[in-house]
Amino acid sequence: MNIWRYGDNIDTDMLFPGKYVYICSIPEEIKPHLLEDLDPSFSKNVKKGDIIIAGINFGCGSSREQPAIGLKSVGIKAVVALSFARIFYRAAINQGLVLIECPEAVKFYSDGDNVEIDMDNGKIIVGAKTFSFPKLPEQIIAIRDAGGLLEYTRKKLKKK
Amino acid sequence: MDMTFAEKILAKYSDLKEVAPGQIVTVHPDHLLTHDNTAAIIQKIKPELNKYGIYSKTLPIIVLDHVIPASSEKTANNHKIIREFVKNNEIKNFFDIGFGICHQLVIEKGLALPGKLLLGSDSHTCSYGAIGAFSSGIDRTEAASLLLTGETWLKVPNSIKMVLTGKLNPGVYSKDVILHIIGDISASGANYCSVEFHGDVRNFSIDDRFTIANMGIEMGAKNTLFFCDNVTKEYLNLIGIPDSSYSPIDADKDAKYYKEFKYNLTEISPVVACPHTVDNVKPIAEVSDIEIQQCLIGTCTNGRLSDLKVAADILKGKTINSGVRLLILPASKDIFEKALNSGIIEILVKAGGVLLPPGCGPCLGAHQGALAPAERCLSTANRNFKGRMGCKEAEIYLASPATVAASALYGKITDPRAVINK
Ligand code: SF4
Repeated sequence: MNIWRYGDNIDTDMLFPGKYVYICSIPEEIKPHLLEDLDPSFSKNVKKGDIIIAGINFGCGSSREQPAIGLKSVGIKAVVALSFARIFYRAAINQGLVLIECPEAVKFYSDGDNVEIDMDNGKIIVGAKTFSFPKLPEQIIAIRDAGGLLEYTRKKLKKK
Repeated sequence: MDMTFAEKILAKYSDLKEVAPGQIVTVHPDHLLTHDNTAAIIQKIKPELNKYGIYSKTLPIIVLDHVIPASSEKTANNHKIIREFVKNNEIKNFFDIGFGICHQLVIEKGLALPGKLLLGSDSHTCSYGAIGAFSSGIDRTEAASLLLTGETWLKVPNSIKMVLTGKLNPGVYSKDVILHIIGDISASGANYCSVEFHGDVRNFSIDDRFTIANMGIEMGAKNTLFFCDNVTKEYLNLIGIPDSSYSPIDADKDAKYYKEFKYNLTEISPVVACPHTVDNVKPIAEVSDIEIQQCLIGTCTNGRLSDLKVAADILKGKTINSGVRLLILPASKDIFEKALNSGIIEILVKAGGVLLPPGCGPCLGAHQGALAPAERCLSTANRNFKGRMGCKEAEIYLASPATVAASALYGKITDPRAVINK
């Protein structure tokens, strides 16, 4: 498992450049350009189960959802950050990508530390230390458990 | 319980007597805005659209503005898919290429009104706070779900009170105000929050308010708001909307705010947001003399008639520096026509400006006016992220239309007060 460490204000253009927004929308098209301008090694080396650790305001900027779709589809287990930008946060919920806002864990982390995440109990273990993060509201867990917002909506429509 | 604007409007739209920050509510927005991304949105839900159809014909507002006219077969095909979708579903509010930028049209066509709730799959949907509406950006997947069901969840945000006092000095504009604020509180300073503007805002026209509300997302805000006042009512009357057709919402007197900031407008000077974050804001004196190769006046932030007029007043009878390209991008067809009829376009073009069709143009780096490595652009847009204008080795600086026009004359970042006072 790799841990990818990035700084503050990682914006949506760094995560997925605007010039591709209207020509790439499915995972296969998105993957090669993921984090292209920020870290060209990412899309080549990212593996399923990898974790991203970042600073404040991760995902700020555009409402484009390719960053969330892309990170989910390459198998990022969670993005742990000091804070997230709002639309990116929603997009992640809608795609089923796990975001964890846990400033203490981010600040404690140093290169080489092992990181484990226990979603059910809201715990993140960095090196030898365990940190807790708050549980999501029920409505949002329901979206995640359905497999993302579209699946959730499909189920709702069927019931009607 | 006394409530803020966001709390009141979310209570109203969720049929609750009161709501508190952190609470999750289900709402039915009045409109859902989508643009060129509509093609990708409907693609996600094709079988469901066939089976259930769209929630209502009046919910969507669809504007082709981002890559117009189409730049490739792929974008042309996207436009075609959208036109067919609009026709098949008899969607009422559709604006084809050339009408203008989505956010400008929503306000100009009276689709956002005081006390209304709008969501849109574009981050600058927060702009309609200029007119007293609650509006916020969402992603494509959520837009797809809304098209089918007409409803979604919103978390009631904390509210921030921005109190403005005093009056702006000549050469200083609403763009300087919002850049100054973002520089002060940072690009995440209002994360997840509803930002209300209070105080001496009566001198701010709807155009000025639009510029400020538009950039709410650049400080992380969920929505931004100017309360409906006489300025709002006069504007709406002018576009043919009588007071009786909307019900404004005010904040209660003892509403609780999460944070409060005060800014004295008299103390604000022209500023520039430097690469590569919008909160990297510096006083113009610190960056003047930086050479630039491209200037852009336009976008949903500053492409209105008053913005073009400010630029024309500076450029009248002059020619821009030969080392600069000046791109002019009116925010809508209506603005373009007015600028044409009043001679503004002639002045700008004679000074050396290159006119682009009303739309997003170079703003997002998808086509038109892309930058080359090591080039610098001074723009009136809202974002200066690395790579935003198509090249990660280029630099984008953000400023008011006056600063951009003055800078175009000298080929370097220039304080507009030096030109205006001459
Ligand atoms: S002008 Fe720029 S910021 Fe505004 S909607 Fe278009 S791309 Fe977005």
